[in-house]
Amino acid sequence: MDRIWVLAETGEQGPTPLTLELLTAARGLASTVEAVAWGTETASLAGPLGEFGATKVYDVGDLGGALPGAPVASAMAALVGQGDAPDAVLVPASYDGRDVAGRLSAKLDRPVLTNVTGLTEADGSLVTEHPVFGGTQIVAARFTAAGPGIFVVRAKSFTAEPAGGGPAEVVAAPAGDVGATGAARIVDRHVEAASGPKLDEAAVVVSGGRGLGGGEHYAMIEELASLLHGAAGASRAIVDAGWVPYSHQVGQTGKTVKPTVYVAAGISGATQHLVGMKGSKNIVAINKDQEAPIFSVADLGIVGDVHKVLPALIEALKSRG
Amino acid sequence: MSPMNVVVCVKQIPDPAAPGSLDPTTRTLDRSGKLILDDSDSYGVEMALQLAGNVDGSEVTIVSMAPNGETSGLRTALAMGAAKAILVSDDALAGSDALSTAKVLAAAIRRAEPDLVIAATESTDGYTGTLPVQVAELLGMPSVTFAKSVSTDGSTVKVERQTEAGYDDVESPLPAVVTVTAGVVEPRYPSFKGIMAAKSKPVDVLSLADLGIDPSQVGAAGARQEIVDVRAAEERASGEIVVDEGDGAQRIVAFLEQLKVI
Ligand SMILES: Cc1cc2nc3c(=O)[nH]c(=O)nc-3n(C[C@H](O)[C@H](O)[C@H](O)COP(=O)(O)OP(=O)(O)OC[C@H]3O[C@@H](n4cnc5c(N)ncnc54)[C@H](O)[C@@H]3O)c2cc1C
Ligand SMILES: Nc1ncnc2c1ncn2[C@@H]1O[C@H](COP(=O)(O)O)[C@@H](O)[C@H]1O
Repeated sequence: MDRIWVLAETGEQGPTPLTLELLTAARGLASTVEAVAWGTETASLAGPLGEFGATKVYDVGDLGGALPGAPVASAMAALVGQGDAPDAVLVPASYDGRDVAGRLSAKLDRPVLTNVTGLTEADGSLVTEHPVFGGTQIVAARFTAAGPGIFVVRAKSFTAEPAGGGPAEVVAAPAGDVGATGAARIVDRHVEAASGPKLDEAAVVVSGGRGLGGGEHYAMIEELASLLHGAAGASRAIVDAGWVPYSHQVGQTGKTVKPTVYVAAGISGATQHLVGMKGSKNIVAINKDQEAPIFSVADLGIVGDVHKVLPALIEALKSRG
Repeated sequence: MSPMNVVVCVKQIPDPAAPGSLDPTTRTLDRSGKLILDDSDSYGVEMALQLAGNVDGSEVTIVSMAPNGETSGLRTALAMGAAKAILVSDDALAGSDALSTAKVLAAAIRRAEPDLVIAATESTDGYTGTLPVQVAELLGMPSVTFAKSVSTDGSTVKVERQTEAGYDDVESPLPAVVTVTAGVVEPRYPSFKGIMAAKSKPVDVLSLADLGIDPSQVGAAGARQEIVDVRAAEERASGEIVVDEGDGAQRIVAFLEQLKVI
């Protein structure tokens, strides 16, 4: 494979972890890796993106508050139109990533493979892996028509490793006129308070589910997470119930986590939850129902009441100081 | 405020409570049984009914693509209060990839002359989550995905859009495509009256020929991706399961110590 583009997303501290994972994966699959980025700080990305293997950064520039989907896809389609097409485009499975992938797909008239958790090369084309039925089966797929193939890849599918490359060359790649498609604008941003490590980066994740019995008991999950220097997660049931914000959700429609230890308290273990956490190195489950499916993936399962086990655990950890 | 045409894309899917399976020959999801309204889309239908309900003369149209002229999921949406439905059903559509589905839906949606198109962020059985944005691009409309709240004054749509850190206030002129997450509104249960009324609401069933789409461009014939293999995932062996006799917490502490986490 000659050339792969990676859609590079930026967080508060430079490229997002998923962006670095994708650059690392791309390096293993193609001889040339290039990134596509946007925003006002693109110049400062040349270093970190280069370090993970990008030789070039196509800079779409400041979007002036527009949602990225339309302008970024337009810039990429313009490059392809100029004969600069890569063999594949790797896109982070994120809010904006999915928007860019959908727009680009329609613009280039190429389908998209989404929810990719693995990529290998066979006979000159990329073969993907997708977990289905809650991760009990793995489907492998590939594109059968001319490229570039568009792949939306989930977090934690690859491990990010720097390549020690120098800064990437930054090349302007303007969006051009996107007309009505680019008319959606961000008028204000709201940041929810967060402390401790991020859910998808923490070595320990403690998650709570409906078995907690009420939103007020989620404080136990947060306290335990903080005692273990970890992050607090949740099942979708309690996110939908409004006990905790969506950003805590683990699973198919939430985050994928692979910590050293995952603690599931009062979570039944529905397939859509398991698919987001069963890659964890060690799993501890606390559930009062011996038959709960979460126990089928647990290294240590405690059949018991969260209202007894969690307070005792918190006390034990506190007394260790 | 002038009346709005609100279109909701709804997918009709096999009951997710029944264990899913892949058709052994085509290796696509087996959709032969009875289909129901995707739960994810019930939020879109409710949102549309609430937005349309605010303005006299507004109307909600349901658009769906499904095999075998399937309408049971559509009837649920009509029973909730939507005025009419457009169903695209054609044998040639079997095996369509998401982009082909988007082309078909875009052609059907165009007929409804929408001011606002609502879809779910992702479907329960396919969860590609790219389809609504593909539709927006094909219709030349802006899109706002991951909405956790939606309001409109008839010319602009205001959305609270989920982000990694919290949410953004996003505004877009209409017409536009908006995708809603689960839990944004409480979907109503169809009343008995609603269920009876739904039986006589118009459902326009269209074929590819009606939409002027070439059958060789869609379905299995036009699909540009293929499944090359399906295998069982590596199973995670379960470990020690013990009943808490008051020592549960101590066992967890010992386990964490052994892992050197504490
Ligand atoms: C398309 C789709 C996507 C989805 N995506 C996700 C996703 O991303 N993440 C996700 O988590 N879910 C997801 N779900 C939902 C999923 O199917 C389950 O509904 C959800 O995970 C259940 O959450 P829960 O385990 O907290 O609740 P429940 O299933 O209600 O389980 C509660 C558990 O708590 C136990 N319990 C009760 N009281 C106590 C007590 N006092 N002490 C100890 N244990 C107790 C019970 O035995 C039970 O096992 C998705 C569903 C669909 C259809
Ligand atoms: N066949 C279909 N008919 C109508 N709407 C659909 C169809 N497929 C997908 N959609 C809409 O697009 C959303 C996202 O679907 P998906 O891309 O499969 O995750 C769904 O939740 C529906 O709102």
